[in-house]
Formats: sequence, C-alpha cells, structure tokens
Amino acid sequence: MIDWLVPALLTIVTAATPLVFAAVGETVVEKAGVLNLGVEGMMIIGAIAAFAVAVSTGSGTLAVLAGAVAGLLLALIFGLLTVYLQSNQVATGLALTIFGLGLSALIGHSYVGKTFAGLPKLDIPGITSIPVIGPLLFGHDALVYLSVVSVILVTWFLNRTRAGLLVRAVGENHDAAHSIGYSVTLIRLGAILFGGALAGIGGAYLSVAYTPLWVENMTAGRGWIALALVVFASWKPWRAFFGAYLFGGITIIQLYAQGMGVEVSAQFLSMLPYLATVIVLVIISRDKARARLNAPACLGRNFHASG
Amino acid sequence: MHLKSKLAGAALAAAVALGISTAAQAQLKVGFVYVGPIGDHGWSYEHNQGRLAIEKALGDAVTTTYVEKVPEGADAQRVISKLASTGHGLIFTTSFGYMNPTLRVAKQFPKVKFEHATGFKRAPNMSTYSARFYEGRYVVGKIVGKMTKSNILGYVASFPIPEVIRGINATILAARSVNPDIKIKVVWVSSWFDPGKEADAAKTLIDQGADIIMQHTDSPAPVQVAEQRGVWAVGQASDMTHFGPKAHLTAIMDNWGPYYIARAKAVIDGTWDSKDTWDGFAPGMVKLAPYNKAIPADVVALAEETRKGIIAGTIHPFAGEIKDQSGKVIVPAGKTADDGMLAGMNVYVEGVDGTIPK
Repeated sequence: MIDWLVPALLTIVTAATPLVFAAVGETVVEKAGVLNLGVEGMMIIGAIAAFAVAVSTGSGTLAVLAGAVAGLLLALIFGLLTVYLQSNQVATGLALTIFGLGLSALIGHSYVGKTFAGLPKLDIPGITSIPVIGPLLFGHDALVYLSVVSVILVTWFLNRTRAGLLVRAVGENHDAAHSIGYSVTLIRLGAILFGGALAGIGGAYLSVAYTPLWVENMTAGRGWIALALVVFASWKPWRAFFGAYLFGGITIIQLYAQGMGVEVSAQFLSMLPYLATVIVLVIISRDKARARLNAPACLGRNFHASG
Repeated sequence: MHLKSKLAGAALAAAVALGISTAAQAQLKVGFVYVGPIGDHGWSYEHNQGRLAIEKALGDAVTTTYVEKVPEGADAQRVISKLASTGHGLIFTTSFGYMNPTLRVAKQFPKVKFEHATGFKRAPNMSTYSARFYEGRYVVGKIVGKMTKSNILGYVASFPIPEVIRGINATILAARSVNPDIKIKVVWVSSWFDPGKEADAAKTLIDQGADIIMQHTDSPAPVQVAEQRGVWAVGQASDMTHFGPKAHLTAIMDNWGPYYIARAKAVIDGTWDSKDTWDGFAPGMVKLAPYNKAIPADVVALAEETRKGIIAGTIHPFAGEIKDQSGKVIVPAGKTADDGMLAGMNVYVEGVDGTIPK
C-alpha cells in the first residue's frame, strides 16, 4: 500500500496548491468586505501571463511574478470599478471572469502547443530520498512551499497585526472605520490587489508547474471552487488550506479507486468533492449565530463616504 | 442618423448582391462551423486543416469561410443559417451537437448542401460523416502490446459512450492478440478537456503500474506526464510528439482533407448526393503520427502489416471470436462485428479491468 500512497499524496499536493493560493487571496478580499467573483478570470490571466513569460525567458521565477502581476492588474480593474465607481460587486466579478477567459484566449493564441520544462523540484541530497517523509516534505517545487507560507503569513497578518485589524474592521463595519478616520477605499483596494496577485500565482501554478502548457480555459472551474472554499472555511485561511487539501484529496482518491477497479460510478465519484463541500457548508452554517459571527458583516456592500 | 442607416442598408444590399454575383460565377463558397478554437491543437484544429486542404487543392474554384467556437445549441442554428443565407453552397458542421440545428437549417435552404460530422440524422441535402478511429486504436494496440514491460496499460477516458468504449475494446483486443497476459486499466475523468484532471489520471495510472498511457481526451497533459515519469504515451487527434519527444509512441490522427476535397468537388460537378460516410485508414481519414524511433523494427513492421491488412480488408479489428467480460460470446468465430453493433457498443470485451460506469 505504501508504494502507491506516497505518489497519491504527492498528486494531492499538486491538485490542492492552486486552490490554496486562490482561496487564501480571496479570504483577505472578503475579510475586507468585498466579494470578488472574478477569481476564475484572475487565475486564467495569471496562467497565460506566466506561461508566456516562461516560454520566452525560460525563467520560472519571472513566470510566477508575471502571473502575480497579471492577476493584480485584472484585480485593479475590479477595484477601480467597485470601490471608486460603486459598481455592483457581483456583476463586476462575473464580468471579470468572462473578460479574463476571453482575454487569455486572445493572448494565448500563439502559445498553444508550446512547451515548458516546468518548475524544478526541491531535491536535497540524502534528505529528499528518505522513504515516505523525504519526498512528501522535501520533494516539491517552490510554489508549494510558498502556498504554505502564504497561509501562515495571512493568518498572522489578519489576527496579529494592526493592518490586519484594519482590514477586518473595514469588512465588519465600513462606516465605523471611516468615521474614525481610516480610508475604506484604500484598504479595500489593497485587499483586492493582494487577492488578485495570489489568484494570479494560483493560475501560474497551473500553467508552469501542474501541467506546463497553455490551453484555453485550462483553469476548468478551479476559481469557482476556490470561492466555495472561502465560505467552507468560514473565512479562516488555515481552514481554507485544509479545505483545498480535502477537495484535492477526494478528487485524486476517486481516480485511484477507479484504477483499482472499485465499482462506483465515475459520475458519482466526480461529484464527491462537491458533495463534501456542500455537506460541510451545511454543517458549519447550522449554527446561524456562529456563521454570522464569521462572515464579514459588510461583505458585498459598497461603501460611499456620503453614507 | 436616418441617412446613416439608409446608407448602411444600401451598402449591405450591395454586399449581398456582390455575394450572389460571385456565387453565380460558379465559385463555390464553402462554410465551416467549429465547436472549439482552431488553436485547440485537437479536434477543431484538424477540421481547419481540412478546410485549408480544400483551398490548396481546388484553388480559385472555391472560397472558404469558417466560424470558430460556436456553442452547440441556439447559437449554432443562427451561425449555420447565416452561412446558408450568404451564398455558401456547401457547409460543414463539425460537432455532434450541431445535428438538429443543421437539420433545421437544411430544411429551410434546400439548395444548399450540408455535411454534419459524427451525427446520424440525414436529409436530401444533408450528409453525415465520421471516422473509424478504432482502426487506429487497433494498430496502436499491437504496438503497446509489444512495448509494455509491466503488462498494464493505462487509459484516460472521457465519457462512457460507444465511441470511447469501442476504442478501449479495439486496443485490448489487439494488445492481447500479441500478449495474452496484458491488462488495461481505465480511469474516467468525466470531461473531454481538463488538463489538470487528465494529468492526475495519468499519474494515478502510472502509480498503479501502467507503463503506457493512452487517452481519449483532448489535451496533451497525459503525454506530458508520461514524459516526466519516463513511461510511454499515445497521443490523440493530432501529433503530440513535442509534448513528450521520448514518450510519444505515435498518435491517432484525424485527417479530413481528402473527404472535404472530394465533397467540394462533387458539389462543383453536380454529383453530390446525401449519404453516410464512415471511413478509416483506407481513404486516409484516419492516420497515425510518425512512429517513435525507439520502437523496434519488428514492432513497426507488425504495426504496418496490421494497418495495411485493415486497408486491404484482410484484418478486421472486431473479428470473432470476441467475448465480453462475463465470457459470453458477442461476435462468433468467423464473423465480424457489423456497423450497427460497432456504433452502439456498450460492453467491455474480455481483458478490460473494471466496469463501465452507468
């Protein structure tokens, strides 16, 4: 059993990592009271930007940076529209996804069929080759470790820093934050840009590490899953992290089960991760008071200084 | 504003008149409707290669138009009817879901000829055509049967429809004919296109002992995984060699050019008729990508012998005796499966691991 368990766990890590980035980024955005449904669009634009840079420069680092910048720029459009021009967040977010999918297809036209070697995996002589623990802890590419670091840093930022407190304050009660002199618009814009950059890195992971190639629509709905994970995690980054691994785990385990001839319908198995998400959502929102305690009170509500 | 719209109207009328007049000069306008982008490196890409082949072969006698990324459904009917009303004499609609829209437009435009890929509904001015990809899979089966060391084949499958099941069966029948101990593991990803999931499925199969990855999904991700893990792969729809130069044994390729040229010529000559075409290797509708240099000469010879035998009609991939998984004979010895049975195939043959998802 151990001989397939390790590779299975390694596959789960690659399946979960893009979701971790996107979900943690969106957690910060929502904590600031903004609902950005454009995660899918920001991921795909990050994917094509990273792939284009990877192919032309051969540098994985530059590729990931390009993915982050592309996601950030797309988020900037969303930020300007919703924070400054007061446009509806749901509609703007949906538009951002559609725009991102279309724009990435346009940019990506000449990159179809190109290949890239992929990000190098960490390999510490003598340590990575330790059975089981070695490959699981020391055998990944840099982005996997970055995703873990991002969870830790974001958790610390939101709970332990003054700036994090401000982000939460703006999300809980933007009028109060405004009345004591904080700039709701700037704080929200900052959160939106951060979320865009992380979604862009999540997309970059898909196109330069997970499957190093470009094809239209290659995010295949992962942005939406990340959005669901944020609610699933009741706006806590570390829970979003575990949610992403749970989701990735169920996806991969159903593939293994099929390969081993377990007689369950493929459609049912494909449905499992989503079913698990719904069940957990039901469980955590059973206690209304607690659910309300976690959801930012101003989530999805635009702010204008006039009141 | 009023003047402007009048002017625009006049320009439009002139354009339409121009369109009709070029058609009157016996230049055939051929329209194509694609479901994907022509850059998908798979299905729509190959149909577009067929369009370019018409232009090359018939030169000034034709002009061609294409519309890509047309969703199956109401939009398709609008696009097809637009092509029909703008002077196109022959229209290829290249996805299964265009069947009913094509049929409805065909009834409205009885003088325009329609060609629908992979469907089963026809009209006096609407033909259907498809390719016998299973012939390619049978040749591939012979190759992988010889190349595997672990005797486990991995197959990344999309949806349990007859087209896909037929391919799995053709592969295992051929593989077992040269290597009776071989097994095939199938993983369904419930998608035609999800590079991440296809890659995960390929990794899963390799982890479970498969040393050759085959696929009936559209992205090159499984080939890429095979290259990384140092196992063999077989590409799908187009030549995927550069996604895995070492791993890529060959690929089963669509080649619509010869058929498209023949049908366009038939319209020009006035010999076009409504029919159902299901072609394989013989007229060149199915092709194999160049064999990997690492395949030993005797295996290449076996593959070529099989391919030539299928063309000559001496080899039929579904020749009896064939048993299903329960051991029941589904094609008796001395018989071959007829087209009806092939088109509706919904059982695995002996040697396939697992069951078909219901």
